[in-house]
Amino acid sequence: MKLDRRTWFVILLLMALAALPLVATLAGQEFQIAQFRRILIFAIAAVSLDLILGYGGMVCFGHAAFFGVGAYVVAILNWHAGREVPLIGTWMGTNNVLVTWTAAVLVSGGAAFLIGLVSLRTTGIYFIMITLAFAQMIYFFFVSLRAYGGDDGLRFDGDTVAFGLIDTQDDAAFYYLVLAVLCGVLYAGRRMVNSRFGMVVQACRENERRMKALGFPTARYKLAAFAIAGATAGLAGALFAAHESYISPSIMHWTRSGDLIVMVVLGGMGTLFGPVVGALAFLFLEKTLPDYTEHWMVVFGPILLLLVLFARRGIFGWFLPKEERDGGSH
Amino acid sequence: MAAATEALLAVEGLVKRFGGLTATDNVCLDIRKGEIHAIIGPNGAGKTTLVAQLAGEVAPNGGTIRFSGRDVTRLPVDARARLGIARSYQITSVFRAFTALDNVAMAVQATDGHSFRFWRAARNESALRDPARAILERVGLGARTDVRAVNLAHGEQRQLEIAMALATRPSLLLLDEPMAGMGKDESERMTRLLARLKGEETILLVEHDMDVVFALADRITVLVYGRVIASDVPEAIRANPEVRAAYLGEGDA
Ligand SMILES: Nc1ncnc2c1ncn2[C@@H]1O[C@H](COP(=O)(O)OP(=O)(O)OP(=O)(O)O)[C@@H](O)[C@H]1O
Ligand SMILES: [Mg+2]
Repeated sequence: MKLDRRTWFVILLLMALAALPLVATLAGQEFQIAQFRRILIFAIAAVSLDLILGYGGMVCFGHAAFFGVGAYVVAILNWHAGREVPLIGTWMGTNNVLVTWTAAVLVSGGAAFLIGLVSLRTTGIYFIMITLAFAQMIYFFFVSLRAYGGDDGLRFDGDTVAFGLIDTQDDAAFYYLVLAVLCGVLYAGRRMVNSRFGMVVQACRENERRMKALGFPTARYKLAAFAIAGATAGLAGALFAAHESYISPSIMHWTRSGDLIVMVVLGGMGTLFGPVVGALAFLFLEKTLPDYTEHWMVVFGPILLLLVLFARRGIFGWFLPKEERDGGSH
Repeated sequence: MAAATEALLAVEGLVKRFGGLTATDNVCLDIRKGEIHAIIGPNGAGKTTLVAQLAGEVAPNGGTIRFSGRDVTRLPVDARARLGIARSYQITSVFRAFTALDNVAMAVQATDGHSFRFWRAARNESALRDPARAILERVGLGARTDVRAVNLAHGEQRQLEIAMALATRPSLLLLDEPMAGMGKDESERMTRLLARLKGEETILLVEHDMDVVFALADRITVLVYGRVIASDVPEAIRANPEVRAAYLGEGDA
């Protein structure tokens, strides 16, 4: 079997990520494990955004809100369990990830469903504005939620045990869990975008009017894609809460939604793997550029602009076969 | 007017106003199963607006549209398409980044149940690809299946339009100037394609080329300023003095 450049690139990058805890430990830089785990969590969120942004052409400017909702669901359930304060009736919440992560996925997916129900009636700039507006509403809701720390955020007992196997306090073990979730999301996402459902979503991006004329009730497919993307972002948020043992509304600030868009565009829209590269590149630049100049955004902005203008498929685009670089997605 | 019972599509008193302009002015029309029914009329007569109302993309201000005996006047586009009304566009409207085969396979998929199927690769499903290939063959694009729509020649894109409409296996085809912008050879090829469809499909054909219209149509409706001034068999239309004055006399007849 002959592998193309793209496949080589994906394999090598995933192998490097798999080897990272070992390398970091050997180099005496264990703190890097948590550092990269954070990046991988944002990569999952960026991949979820790509499902609607890259494949569906839906420029959602509020994706961080779904991420934040997922994180808060886990944080609140854990906080109750840790403090033994009843949440509903006599139920004290739980730190069982099977429950908390599932709840995070369901609640953020439900939120995305409701927000999508309203937002998807609009397109273009109105869609951008309305998703931003909803995200800001959620943001301010949590800012004013004094019971759970409001502006200051919520610190909770992060001692969660995943599936009775993986202690999220164990840096390397939790890192591999996150990497496994990322691979799972990438694989399921790949299946989905190439399925009948995924083809419908992409065709809606190309020409929704034609899709309706062919007989597709387009609204419900777009809404389903939006909810799936929101639920997946919620899963990333759940991992993030476990990663930080602390959560504050700042994680769903609108600039965070902007960051996610930048990751997707930087890495390559409509490629699924591109956003992983984008998250790595973005969070790396965000860490290192400020060392050189505090006005790093002034440098970063033009880089991004050039990329959008000259490499429509972002960094990952360089590794794509020619015919996929500028047009349709596979 | 012909007996409404045997009409596949029956339009009664259709009115569409754009501000002060009446683009569709009390139009009555019926299309019988199996016929090619041509709509002719000068530029701006309201032909595209009429097609858009039949397809459900433009809501009329008044009148009714019945299809297969059912009132569809308030039905949205996608629901009408599922009932069997397919259209092609005067200005090419395809999925530009998709290959020709992907375009038609999408149309086949539209008629094959819901699309909440998330796992199997649609491009490997012979239930979608085989019929799509057969239809591309039928419209003369058999050798161009893997070319992106955006890279097809204009005439080929027009053929793709027809292929997509055909792929939904409609009971009524609304073709809005299928030869728009085509060269001589391309037009001739399209005419031959339409001739092959004659008798197999029920077609409402909007067309400017009178030679094509009189060669293919079973009946012709003449639209001027949104009004139907005549609706009859070709010989009668040719002989109609009002039509000659209003339209055929004007030049390209
Ligand atoms: N959305 C709209 N808003 C306002 N006016 C419109 C609209 N669509 C069409 N019109 C007007 O309605 C009239 C009929 O237009 P239509 O496109 O239906 O004509 P047509 O017979 O298809 O013309 P052509 O032969 O050039 O395709 C024209 O005067 C046009 O300017
Ligand atoms: Mg027209």
